[in-house]
Amino acid sequence: MIVTSKESTPPLPPSPLEWVRKNLFSNWINALLTILGVTVVYFAVVNLATWALKTADWSPITAAPLLYLVGQYPREELWRAGVSMLMITFLVGMSWGVWKRYVRPFAIFLAILLGVLAIIPLETSTITLAIRVFMLINPILIYLGYRIGRLLPVHGSHVAALWLIVLLLIPLVILPGFTNSSLLPKVPTTVWGGLLITLLLSVGGIVLSFPFGVLLALGRRSSLPVVKWFSISFIELVRGVPLVTILFMFSVILALFLPTESRIDRVIRALMGIVFFSAAYTAENVRGGLQAIPPGQVEAAKALGLKNLHITSLIVLPQALRLVIPTIVGQFISLFKDTTLVYIVGINDLLGMGNAVLKLKPEFVRLQMEVYLFIALIFWIFSYFMSYASLQLEEALGVGER
Amino acid sequence: MVTDEYFPKKIPIWRDERVLKAVALIISSLIVIGFLYWVIGNFIAITQQRGMPLTYGFLKEAAGFPIKESFIPYDSTMSFGRAVLVGLINTLVVSAAGILVATVLGFLIGLMRLSSNWLISRIGLAYIEFHRNIPLLVLLFLWYFGVFTKLPAVKESIAVPGFIYINQRGFYLTWPRLAEGGTLFAASLVAGILLAIVTWSVLRRIREVKGKETYFGRVSLAVLILVPLVGWFASGGRPMLLDVPILKGFNFQGGLRLTTEFTALLIGLAMYTSAFIAEVVRSGIQAVQKGQIEAARAVGLRYSQILSLIIIPQAMRVMIPPLISQYLNLTKNSSLALVIGYQELFAIGKVTINQAGRAVPVFILIMATYLAISLLTSIILNIYNKRVQFIER
Repeated sequence: MIVTSKESTPPLPPSPLEWVRKNLFSNWINALLTILGVTVVYFAVVNLATWALKTADWSPITAAPLLYLVGQYPREELWRAGVSMLMITFLVGMSWGVWKRYVRPFAIFLAILLGVLAIIPLETSTITLAIRVFMLINPILIYLGYRIGRLLPVHGSHVAALWLIVLLLIPLVILPGFTNSSLLPKVPTTVWGGLLITLLLSVGGIVLSFPFGVLLALGRRSSLPVVKWFSISFIELVRGVPLVTILFMFSVILALFLPTESRIDRVIRALMGIVFFSAAYTAENVRGGLQAIPPGQVEAAKALGLKNLHITSLIVLPQALRLVIPTIVGQFISLFKDTTLVYIVGINDLLGMGNAVLKLKPEFVRLQMEVYLFIALIFWIFSYFMSYASLQLEEALGVGER
Repeated sequence: MVTDEYFPKKIPIWRDERVLKAVALIISSLIVIGFLYWVIGNFIAITQQRGMPLTYGFLKEAAGFPIKESFIPYDSTMSFGRAVLVGLINTLVVSAAGILVATVLGFLIGLMRLSSNWLISRIGLAYIEFHRNIPLLVLLFLWYFGVFTKLPAVKESIAVPGFIYINQRGFYLTWPRLAEGGTLFAASLVAGILLAIVTWSVLRRIREVKGKETYFGRVSLAVLILVPLVGWFASGGRPMLLDVPILKGFNFQGGLRLTTEFTALLIGLAMYTSAFIAEVVRSGIQAVQKGQIEAARAVGLRYSQILSLIIIPQAMRVMIPPLISQYLNLTKNSSLALVIGYQELFAIGKVTINQAGRAVPVFILIMATYLAISLLTSIILNIYNKRVQFIER
């Protein structure tokens, strides 16, 4: 007889004492390891806490928090960055309402973080009342977005479309503005900086590299030898060299070859380098997805009389791309971290801004530990929530199971 | 007639598969070749126009810049080519050391992660999550500027007396060196290792073929110990010296000196990569099916045998391809050394560009070198991978 799960009673959860015995003191080696571990953790935590609360001097962070966020973006035009952020927090809320568990931890964390930042009792001249009020609006918008996403019949694709519009609007219209415009005067990218640049380069990099990556992946499997060898050599060449050499190529070598009057913007050049680099990795990830599609799918489509173009665009790609979503998220995380390399070619991203702040005042010079830990924390938070979402996605799509 | 409807005698030319394929081939070739021709043609035209020909004669000219750390003799009167070679060796040394440390650390953390002890497993998880979610560049800055530039002066070195001294100038370690007449011992050491490997594989093969116990482990261990021992006595009893760093005046003399730049880069690279390797190790070991272990236990194998004969060979199969890519990542990431002042290939390439004023050729040389390292490593490791995979059914 088959015993179904309804008939068997679930095992009782172990009592705390039992749990401790089983997981920490199962034999004498484990007991020894536990005692050693507790000692190490205790000293690490105590030392870190006393350092962070007593010895450390966090003034390089509290003195200029806006520099880390937007760099030298003109303060009288700061409302534009504010509006962009409100749009994003609202969309984060809506995504939470629609996609629920993937976004929920990040949305809640973001709301709490911004709420705490709004009321944190820090006596600095840079955090004005206006900024505090602005910070407080964000969590409200997240909640509002969540309710709208939950209650209205909003579909995932609507939210995705909204994201696309906002992500195009912010870097192309709102932030750069136009010459001869009184409402949105031109702000050159040379003054952009901080987290703004980091996010712009990483999101821009992954989105723009995606079509190239898909084309290269298809090219690698193409029956046309020239296309195939071009794709293979591009992918292998780019994957064989460090990102920093490619960034350097686009920032220095490219400038040598362009006439001085048609000089491409520094940030755009860095973005081009990132897209160039990322496309090769996207191609390999997409290829993994393409290989996972059983040949029967293509054969069935052929039997139905579909053209090659339709087989690829209607049968193979949709299934392959769905499979590689978690991998692409993983690639996005590493790209997000890799954007710090643009600091080497002289762009003030988050890390570059940190180094700029260290030079701001003579008393900041030796406070590298504090500044870099703060920057590490920001990267950590973003990467951690993204990898969380990616894990959840993997489970939902059941990638490992088919 | 019916057949005419279903099988028209002549397929129109624009729907003939063979014609379409040929046309696609020609058009795609024209586009790709035209594109490459345009890019390369422009490239060559501009290099000639601006007086930057793609020649490498300048590599023989005097470099004129000093390099702080070098494993081969170098001074600023030597050529650019020599400087680039110094950079390449620096890259290879730091990568090899980094791979070694990262592998040991990674296996350790990966095994911690799999520990049945909850606390140990969580400590492993914390280590992995910390390193995986921050950029390597930030980690390098943290170690170098946050820790290493704040080390005490030479007089106040942090020390385990007679073993290691740590100060602003670097790490001074006690290190074994060959004494006079020690070459005989060194030779016997190498011979012992080689002989032991040969004995091990020959005796093992004999056991596999004839099914007779040959005690290959014990015999080869004996060879490994005995041959160098003979060399030790033959060279007069004291072939090795311990080179202890000693404070003389304002600096330490003797011992093995690791600069702060090298050590910071090594620690940063190794710790960052070890977090990824730990995940590879964990998933590799978890990929071994439980039934395998249960079956091994049922056959009566000891735990050490299960580990060495059942778990590790099967886990290695899963682990090797991702390990290869981690090692390659580490090597490529060593180019970040530029920001903390360890002069490896990329950093020296940049100085060379400034000194020689020949951006394009130097740049191509640097990229080609990285590419060669990557391709060579992946070829060698892929051969090894194939051998490992072959054993398995």
